[in-house]
Amino acid sequence: MIDIKNLCVDLGDFVLRNVNLTIDEGEYFVILGPTGAGKTVLLESVAGLYPIQSGEIWLRGKEVTRVEPERRKVSIVYQDHVLFPHLSVRDNITFGLKMNKARPQEIALALDKVIKLLEIKHLLHRKPGTLSGGEKQKIALARAIITEPELLLVDEPLSALDPETREGVQQELRQLHRELRITILHVTHDFEEAIALGDRIAVIGEGLLKQVGTPEEIFRHPNSEFVARFALTKNIFRGQAKKKPDGDIVFSIDGTDFVVATGAEGSCRASIRPEDILISTEPIRSSARNCFPGTISRINDKGSTLYINVSVPPEISCLVTRHSFEEMGLKEDKKVFVTFKASSVHLF
Amino acid sequence: MSVGKWIVSHRLTLTFLLLGAIIFLFVVVPLVKMLLSSVSEPDILWETIMDPEVTGAIGLTLLAALIATLFGFLLGVPLAYLLARTNFPGKKLVESLIDVPIVVPHTAAGIALLFVFGRRFFLGEAFSTLGIEFVDSTAGIVIAMMFVSIPFLIDSAKEGFKKVDVRLEKVARTLGASPWQAFFRISFPLAWRSILAGNIMMWARGISEFGAVIILAYHPMIAPVLVYERFETYGLDYARPIAVILIFVSVVVFVLLRTLAYRGDRQ
Repeated sequence: MIDIKNLCVDLGDFVLRNVNLTIDEGEYFVILGPTGAGKTVLLESVAGLYPIQSGEIWLRGKEVTRVEPERRKVSIVYQDHVLFPHLSVRDNITFGLKMNKARPQEIALALDKVIKLLEIKHLLHRKPGTLSGGEKQKIALARAIITEPELLLVDEPLSALDPETREGVQQELRQLHRELRITILHVTHDFEEAIALGDRIAVIGEGLLKQVGTPEEIFRHPNSEFVARFALTKNIFRGQAKKKPDGDIVFSIDGTDFVVATGAEGSCRASIRPEDILISTEPIRSSARNCFPGTISRINDKGSTLYINVSVPPEISCLVTRHSFEEMGLKEDKKVFVTFKASSVHLF
Repeated sequence: MSVGKWIVSHRLTLTFLLLGAIIFLFVVVPLVKMLLSSVSEPDILWETIMDPEVTGAIGLTLLAALIATLFGFLLGVPLAYLLARTNFPGKKLVESLIDVPIVVPHTAAGIALLFVFGRRFFLGEAFSTLGIEFVDSTAGIVIAMMFVSIPFLIDSAKEGFKKVDVRLEKVARTLGASPWQAFFRISFPLAWRSILAGNIMMWARGISEFGAVIILAYHPMIAPVLVYERFETYGLDYARPIAVILIFVSVVVFVLLRTLAYRGDRQ
């Protein structure tokens, strides 16, 4: 549906190089990357709003690389809404239809449809300056979808919102995608947002596309330290993988051997997700191949959950619920055991 | 709190108040003094108001400044937009040159204009073949006013366009607006207050112009030239009533327009 081929964009400080992406019709595609990675510029390039140095952009089988933005049928929603401050909510929403010379009846019909979908009828006569952040985002979405674009670009749509409103707008995005079957390209720096919304995710960083895959693939099988860190994998180790005489493959680090399920021998990295590690005060008898004693070196309280760092060595970060934390009476310098399956260790 | 302590804790405000009052009075006292002296001689004032040469000169001043502002608006706003939105080599130089009329002595500006728009240069000659003369004509007054006052409009409009988020135009483009539509529907209305303020400043500056006009067009006589002529020929008493009327008319219109612009701002 949308093909980005060898796209290069000059961002002043650095160049976004050789971006190759194929997004399917009706897909919810998320580009995940840190601030300043060129995500917004990538969106603007797709919309025709930012000059690209080289490469091609294809929409539904047509090359649009040099096509004017107003002829691409691509709408954009920015993080801070960017509503037209001098126009009422109604005029903001219908702006695109008026520009496309739609008849008044068509405008009324289309307006009716989006105000029902987003439940914004009561806001129509207001001016953007009087709306809350969540309301503004809804209006920006309404304005973008009313023209029935072939592709909807959303730039960090949840970042400027408080947590509760964020949840609501996230639901709305999911609903819009489901009901309108619209193709969405969404950029964010928030991993959880990407996991929650994306059919597929592309991780972008250091001017390059690092990995493209389903949320599960990015989450479980990051292909680089950059992606692993972005996917909030706290445990990333550099060590040696080798085959033992009994046939087991182990990953050695700081004198400790993790038994792993698959992987090649040699120097590599290993990642283990903190939620895949069990922490206990006694050794656990289970099928898990890895069980090590250690001492709690640090506790990072996140409210309902806590990250517990256990020095085996190496230092391994585990995620526990507050309930388990209190039940086991965990505290710094306490002796504990960490247990995880061989299949939880991902080598790359 | 004792008075002494109060003074100590408000030292900055009091000092600035004193200094501010001096400069405020410096501006206001001459104007008020002139008004009062004229009002104390109502016969002369009335006679002056009724003098067709005076009313004609004031009318011409307002009209010529208005025409200059209209031309300035049509030609200056596009340049202001380009300066706000684009980057090109030599942009800083262009911006500096635009402001040069503010610092050039206006009689010198008049002489420069005379060189270009007089018949000795091809431009003046070209206009002359079209029947437009700039020496001793209303057209000359208009270009003199335009030259010295255009920086105010361009600078104000440029700042106005800079304040308009460029992404508003980008969103408009993706929604189907052509660059022209994005300009007229989004950028222009949003920068309008600054453009209007620039227009008012340009018009006000045009009305007060003397130096450049007198070089290009002593006749027909605009009000500042008439004030000068009466002062030179008949003395202070005859010049003052015209000055008073000119100041009065300018202040009324200026305050009125500024009020309208600010009211729009608050809305």
